[in-house]
Amino acid sequence: MNAVIAEKISKMYKKYAHRHKFLTLKSALVNRTLFSELTAAEKFEALSDVSFTIPKGKTVSIIGENGSGKSTLLKLLAGISKPTAGTLETNGRISALIELGAGFHPEISGRENIFINGIILGLSRKRILTLYDEIVRFAELEEFIDKPVKSYSSGMYMRLGFSIAINVDPDILLVDEVLSVGDASFVPKCLDKINEFRRKGKTIIFVSHDLSTVERISDEVIWLKHGRIAMQGHAKRVVDAYLEYVGKKDEVKAEIIHEEQEKAAEEEREKRWGSQEIILQNVKMIDSEGKEKYIYDPGESLTLQFDVESKGADQEDFVFGIGIFNSEGVQCYGTNTYIDRLISKRLCGKGMVKIKMSALNLINGSYYLNVAVHKRDGYPFDYHHFLYTFRVGSAHRDVGIARIPHQWSFSGGIDVESQD
Amino acid sequence: MLKKVVELYRYRELIATLVSRDLKARYRGTILGFFWSFFNPLLLLGVYSVIFGLMLPNRFPGIEGANYSVFLFTGLLPWTWFNSSIIEASNVLFAQGNLIKKIQFPVEVFPIVVVLTNMVNFLLGLPILVLFFLLFGKGLSLWVLFLPLAVLVQLVFTMGLSFLVASLTVHFRDLKDILTNLLTLWFFATPIIYPFNAQVIQENTVVRWVLTLNPMTHIIEAYHYAFYYGSLPHWKKIPVTFAVGLIICYLGYLVFDRLRDTFVEEV
Repeated sequence: MNAVIAEKISKMYKKYAHRHKFLTLKSALVNRTLFSELTAAEKFEALSDVSFTIPKGKTVSIIGENGSGKSTLLKLLAGISKPTAGTLETNGRISALIELGAGFHPEISGRENIFINGIILGLSRKRILTLYDEIVRFAELEEFIDKPVKSYSSGMYMRLGFSIAINVDPDILLVDEVLSVGDASFVPKCLDKINEFRRKGKTIIFVSHDLSTVERISDEVIWLKHGRIAMQGHAKRVVDAYLEYVGKKDEVKAEIIHEEQEKAAEEEREKRWGSQEIILQNVKMIDSEGKEKYIYDPGESLTLQFDVESKGADQEDFVFGIGIFNSEGVQCYGTNTYIDRLISKRLCGKGMVKIKMSALNLINGSYYLNVAVHKRDGYPFDYHHFLYTFRVGSAHRDVGIARIPHQWSFSGGIDVESQD
Repeated sequence: MLKKVVELYRYRELIATLVSRDLKARYRGTILGFFWSFFNPLLLLGVYSVIFGLMLPNRFPGIEGANYSVFLFTGLLPWTWFNSSIIEASNVLFAQGNLIKKIQFPVEVFPIVVVLTNMVNFLLGLPILVLFFLLFGKGLSLWVLFLPLAVLVQLVFTMGLSFLVASLTVHFRDLKDILTNLLTLWFFATPIIYPFNAQVIQENTVVRWVLTLNPMTHIIEAYHYAFYYGSLPHWKKIPVTFAVGLIICYLGYLVFDRLRDTFVEEV
């Protein structure tokens, strides 16, 4: 038994011709174009050729970037709008957690609004009467229920809306990004309730940017890209593919940013100082395969490489150093040739320096680089401050500064299974 | 069409809830609450009473002084129902845009709720009208029992126009501005501040025809007959107006239904 069967559904949004905006009723009547004029000149396809089936009792998430058609699909599923082409069949009562507290009237008490909202959502007055206590209890609004809704905080408003919607007891529950606005203590309660739904064998369709929740609660994930299904299937597999895609896209962006930064660096002198007796240039970040790259996995090696040129006389006292800072400006790591007990002997003409970090062991985020050459006493020859950036991106979600290599092990009566 | 009516019956609880929500919200938070919805007609009543009752008296034989105020009020009350329904209907789909866009909702409920809310308001005003008749007028006759007929005809006609106005303003926003002026003209083209049988009207063919073709003329007349004249409503005009009302209602719903799917994207 399938809860949802979508067959080649498309949704076309019309961009009406500009002149339409200025069309008056009179001219429409005179030219008899009242209806024909409403056919659009330009069309925008929000969804095209989307087919999928959702078996009853499954939890399916829809992911994708902004504007990929997620909300459109959800609106179609909720029956708010109709597909332009294709067929969409849903079996069972649907409740959509898209707009919480729809139809709430601010001047009226919470109690009366429960009835109004419930009836709008398709419940009978009798049914609401039996659910009433549970709704109020779940929303934790016992003391405020007779106060007008306009006096509620946004959290209270949302709790009441969620509580009513969830008590509609649907066969299919549509959940949009709504949970992101809840207060910290209420969100786990909502997730519990959603989990309870899963256990009861209800179908849940979940739209979210929160990939960790998606991965945790979904049986299946549908990934939408530009209104088409890019991939669908096992949650982890699709989420990973999606992450990789987003990462690659970011890589291209990061490369552009890097080029721009290099250009800007030329002009921005405050970020570079020193006597220029020795100069550093062509600072590059290279991965284990020798390719220039700006997004790294924490386990990956990064080689920093730069050209060195002594402009004046030969130098005997010189130290090369690097520093890695996170986006908050906290130094995550710093070292130089002196600290590493390398004693400078002579520098003349041109040369090249490489420092290989065999594993970055940093958590996800953006990082800035300092690269410098100076005397042992700190006298700067050439100091590049925050001129270079790279990113660490991975599926890991650990927190802190460093990603310390670690391994869990268990013994005795502890049974633990990997999600992967 | 019959199927649609049956479907609407299913929404009766929803409609009733929304009507009572709107009424409650309207009266809550104001001290005089209920009185405010009659402020405008009472103001008009005062102004016209002074002008036509005191300053320009004896315009309409038999309708003078206090009698004129009572006559005026008989027409003003149902006109207010009609007028506010149309104005509110022109805005209701925008005002309720959130419900239309965010949840699955039977949109046709909105114009219905507007008309019914204003009807309840009108019915609540009737006791004031009756009080006027008992205090200042010549009392009431049994013909007042024809009141429900007048209300029914007006309900059907107003409903049809509200459907039309609600759906068309979504696409022709300028309609909202036109509407206010149009209704002012319509007000003067309806025998509210003057009686239909006034000599000037009956003698001028053009004016008489304009008034006769205006359905509101016969609806307001029906109230005049039931309350003021205390006689049988016009036996031919009322059924014809009712038929016209039904046709308008049907056409209004047809247009509304035809444009229904565009509301989600346009409001």
